[in-house]
Amino acid sequence: MLYRETGQFKTSYAADAAVFPILQDRIGIAAILAFAFLAVPLIFSEFWISAVLIPILVFSLAAIGLNLLTGYAGQISLGTGGFMGVGAYACYKLTTIFPEVNIIVLIVVSGLAAAALGTLFGLPSLRIKGFYLAVATLAAQFFLSWCFVRVAWLYNYNVSGAIEVPTRTMLGIPVTGPNATSVTRYLIVLSLVVAMTWVASNLIRGRIGRMWMAVRDMDIAAELIGIRLFRTKLIAFAASSFYCGVAGAMMVFLWFGAAEADSFNIDLSFRVLFMVIIGGLGSLVGSFFGAALILGLPIVLRSLPDALGVPIRAATAEHVQFMIVGALIIFFLAVEPSGLARLWQIGKQKLRVWPFPY
Amino acid sequence: MDLLYKIFLDPFVQMGTAPDLLVQTLWEGLVGGVLYALIALGYVLIYKASGVFNFAQGIMVVFAALTLVGLHELGVPAFAALVVTLGVMFLLAIAVERIILRPLVNQPEIILFMATFGLTSFLIGFGEFVFGGEPKIMITDELHLPGGAIDFQVLGGLVSLQKIDIAAAVIASMMVAGLAAFFQNTRIGRALRAVADSHKAALSVGISLEQIWVAVWFAAGIVALATGIMWGARSNVSFALEIVALKALPVLVLGGFTSVPGAIVGGVVIGVSEKLGEFYWGPLLGGGIESWLAYVIALVFLLFRPQGLFGEKIIERV
Amino acid sequence: MGNILGNETSVGAVQRGGPGGNNSKENAMRVTHIILGLAFAMASAVAAPAQAQDSIYIPLLTYRTGPFAGSGIPIANGMHDYLTMLNERDGGIGGVKLSVEECETGYDTKKGVECYEAVKGKKPVIMNPWSTGTTLQLIPKASVDKIPILSMAYGLSASALGNDFPWIFNPPATYWDGLSMIFKYISSKEGGLERLKGKTIGFIFFEGGYGREPIPLLEQFAKDYGFDVKMYPVTVQEMQTQSAQWLGVRRDRPAWMIMWGWGAMNPTAIKEAAKINYPMDHLVSVWWGGSEDDARPTGLGAKGYVALNFSAVGANFAAIRDIQKYVVDKGESQVAAKDKVGESHYNKGVYNSVLIAEAIRNAQKLTGRKVVSGEDVRRGLETLDINAARWSELGLPEFGAPLKVSCTDHNGHQATYLQQWDGRKWMKVSDWVAPMTDRVQPLLDAAANDYVSKDPAWPKRTEPCDKTS
Repeated sequence: MLYRETGQFKTSYAADAAVFPILQDRIGIAAILAFAFLAVPLIFSEFWISAVLIPILVFSLAAIGLNLLTGYAGQISLGTGGFMGVGAYACYKLTTIFPEVNIIVLIVVSGLAAAALGTLFGLPSLRIKGFYLAVATLAAQFFLSWCFVRVAWLYNYNVSGAIEVPTRTMLGIPVTGPNATSVTRYLIVLSLVVAMTWVASNLIRGRIGRMWMAVRDMDIAAELIGIRLFRTKLIAFAASSFYCGVAGAMMVFLWFGAAEADSFNIDLSFRVLFMVIIGGLGSLVGSFFGAALILGLPIVLRSLPDALGVPIRAATAEHVQFMIVGALIIFFLAVEPSGLARLWQIGKQKLRVWPFPY
Repeated sequence: MDLLYKIFLDPFVQMGTAPDLLVQTLWEGLVGGVLYALIALGYVLIYKASGVFNFAQGIMVVFAALTLVGLHELGVPAFAALVVTLGVMFLLAIAVERIILRPLVNQPEIILFMATFGLTSFLIGFGEFVFGGEPKIMITDELHLPGGAIDFQVLGGLVSLQKIDIAAAVIASMMVAGLAAFFQNTRIGRALRAVADSHKAALSVGISLEQIWVAVWFAAGIVALATGIMWGARSNVSFALEIVALKALPVLVLGGFTSVPGAIVGGVVIGVSEKLGEFYWGPLLGGGIESWLAYVIALVFLLFRPQGLFGEKIIERV
Repeated sequence: MGNILGNETSVGAVQRGGPGGNNSKENAMRVTHIILGLAFAMASAVAAPAQAQDSIYIPLLTYRTGPFAGSGIPIANGMHDYLTMLNERDGGIGGVKLSVEECETGYDTKKGVECYEAVKGKKPVIMNPWSTGTTLQLIPKASVDKIPILSMAYGLSASALGNDFPWIFNPPATYWDGLSMIFKYISSKEGGLERLKGKTIGFIFFEGGYGREPIPLLEQFAKDYGFDVKMYPVTVQEMQTQSAQWLGVRRDRPAWMIMWGWGAMNPTAIKEAAKINYPMDHLVSVWWGGSEDDARPTGLGAKGYVALNFSAVGANFAAIRDIQKYVVDKGESQVAAKDKVGESHYNKGVYNSVLIAEAIRNAQKLTGRKVVSGEDVRRGLETLDINAARWSELGLPEFGAPLKVSCTDHNGHQATYLQQWDGRKWMKVSDWVAPMTDRVQPLLDAAANDYVSKDPAWPKRTEPCDKTS
């Protein structure tokens, strides 16, 4: 009844092919954006913004990156953590060398560095497919982890091997470093994520996205109709690494404020992969859902005992959290292998015909 | 020039001047390789029969070892604890088949792979919950596993072989031989091979997929227990072990995902190359290259022979 | 009128694909929606938890899970039990109860920072990160959030300089002090450090912030005394398979091996050292390698292994007996067995809590308030003065060397002693050894300068200095 298309006529091809053809969708998106930009900084507490929303946004971007590669182009990658690290360290070096340049510009440029390395490590995809490619990307992950420790130039020869984010300002307001307020950092992260999601959405709907999906579905047939496999796969690696690199740079500069070599280990790769799988392979909105679930779950689980008044030891809470995450993954995969995004799609489909059943 | 000497000549010079160290390195590599192969064996078994890449193999190793030691700590005598642990692994196999495999019967491989991620996470939490996070000592004496070492004064130096490592190598070979014979000669083994070829065809001949899957996951559980005992005896039993399980992936790449002898050969090759590489060429790069050397070796190998040494060539049809 | 989620029995319904009929799909989706709805409801009910106004909040960042749990569990128990004992026996400190809460980090820096962010709102009076990596990341935040950080015998060595790091404290000794004390021990065994000329000293260390801290001083000593340093880094993945590193030790034959390990690295290293028949009495570790759980797996094979320690081992102290009585016997402790109380790392946890308790007492004395804040405890930490008499008063005579912290010296550079494994337990084999302050201080100054100069926005110290009480 509410989510109806009656009365909405398309009078041009452009309108018909629009990303959000239904007016209610457009209103919905506008409302969400308005809420995110205007209402959240005013309503939510410091804890929620800095410990929940910023991480969810950063990981959503990383999940989008991995989704481009694994969900849309069908190339399994376990090197996400390494590429995020490349972005972070590149940004650190760039801001050390060019301290006056706006940090947001540098964050985006460091994505290019990650893209270059991603292309390099994507070269094996010419010959290797499936799980074997996953092993190859594991090589990239472990090698990059090793580089973050060994190549002292990356962390400016700090004895501790860790990088600290220097304070950078924009229009006089500190944006990075311990003095940056959570609201400032949140707004910047949000803007970057919204912009890059919009770019990704266009990428997917365009020629490149269709090439990726053809390669994913049946690559031999794709080659037969003239799609150049190698170039397509490399573009996928490049785009994915770009997104992961930017996410990594944001993680260090706008969230943690510091990093060490072990911050970008294999666990990070697995975590982003979990988000992509649970959210739904091949879906942008699924990346957001997956990130929200995987990041929000520990927080809910940690505060649940307090809310229910049941005393629980910290270590036990951690154990229970692992068990619940594991059980939930299996549950979601059994119930809806296509992830949360598919559930969302089904929900919207139902809404379109509500209150009728079909 | 100096760099070229360092890379291409110096290591061999070192090998020549200290042959006892070379033999020791080779032995250490062999032992490491055998242990990797044991883990890889678990993967191969499950992949062969159910088409699932069981990421949880590593945590199954830890879980089996923890159960064994935990039971012993509660006072159960060693061999009885062994039997009970086997029972626990059997129950685990049934649970996995019921909860994970059955609902996800026709799903693409990546989904099943992800489900084993969920299993890993669950077992980590469950294991730590039941047994606690403190590292435990493997009960090698109670299991009558030999301790100490055999030293050879040879080649101008000392080569020391730990008895437990020899035992590990022997047990691993026996397991491989046993499993190979099992697959070739018994009815269940033939059924397993049939299931590995095609689920649908096996079903149509009357093979019960569920029984086969329980059997194969139980077999993987036995292998996991053996692996856990051996690995635990070398250091101690803690959750740091499951990180080592990732090393089995290059082994699988080399040996082929579906080949039991391939797991052993691949394991030995990776183990030896890794140790040699780390010991002789590692110092050039500051050490610690063991963490990625195996993967790079596997990667290079993949570029020339994607199906591994013993795997089946993948034929794709459009 | 069908329900919102559709009618299960509708035959002509659009095929939604996947295994199982529409029935299970609908049910599952309903269950999922309910779960998600509950989750959101719960999540929104999470407000900043009400903090009882009449207690002092002390978060403990611990790791009882993961590959470092072997080291983390006894320390967590020691810390928690001593503070709980104070609550039970004395009703808290100065009559104010302590609210102790653990946050599980798994020795992961990211989780440590997340724990910090999570507990920040509850107004903690002190922070114990128990990880050098986490400490390094929290150092810039401490002065902004006004929470003092007690990184006892770990963290950034340079934070000993109170003027540059007013909010960071790392008593009783820095890693550089520790290394210098190891060299003093080596010197006593060799007959002088000059005897090391031409020899090789091996350094096997955890590849991370913690393990790399002492390297500059080690290289300085190598230059001064003419010995060769061989480095054996151990990454976290390779912690349990160190055979390559120890084969290297066999090849290089260093006269002395210095170990800087943590978690699962230590027991494996000791096992490997015994395997290659390295003389165990030439293997010396920093205080973090001195746990019973590190040497016990090798047992008699580890006999002779030496480690530094800054707190006494054993349960024969009045305060520890009080812990047994008020905490362990009442079931409030998480120790796996009664004889774990009094072990080496357990007592280090107790030591940490003693420092916390004394700092709070000092803060109460200085400010006259009972419920002190982070800023008060910072002043309390800066006026820490635990002499021998005070240790006895606390029921822990000779537990640690006399400790004195000042505004400029946030460390104290106290003496430690060396303990040796006899196959079953630790034996004290030296008196209190003082660090080579003359060698260490210039390095500390240089490091602090380096740190501060790299960040032009580093705040100058504005906190006034209290005269010690």
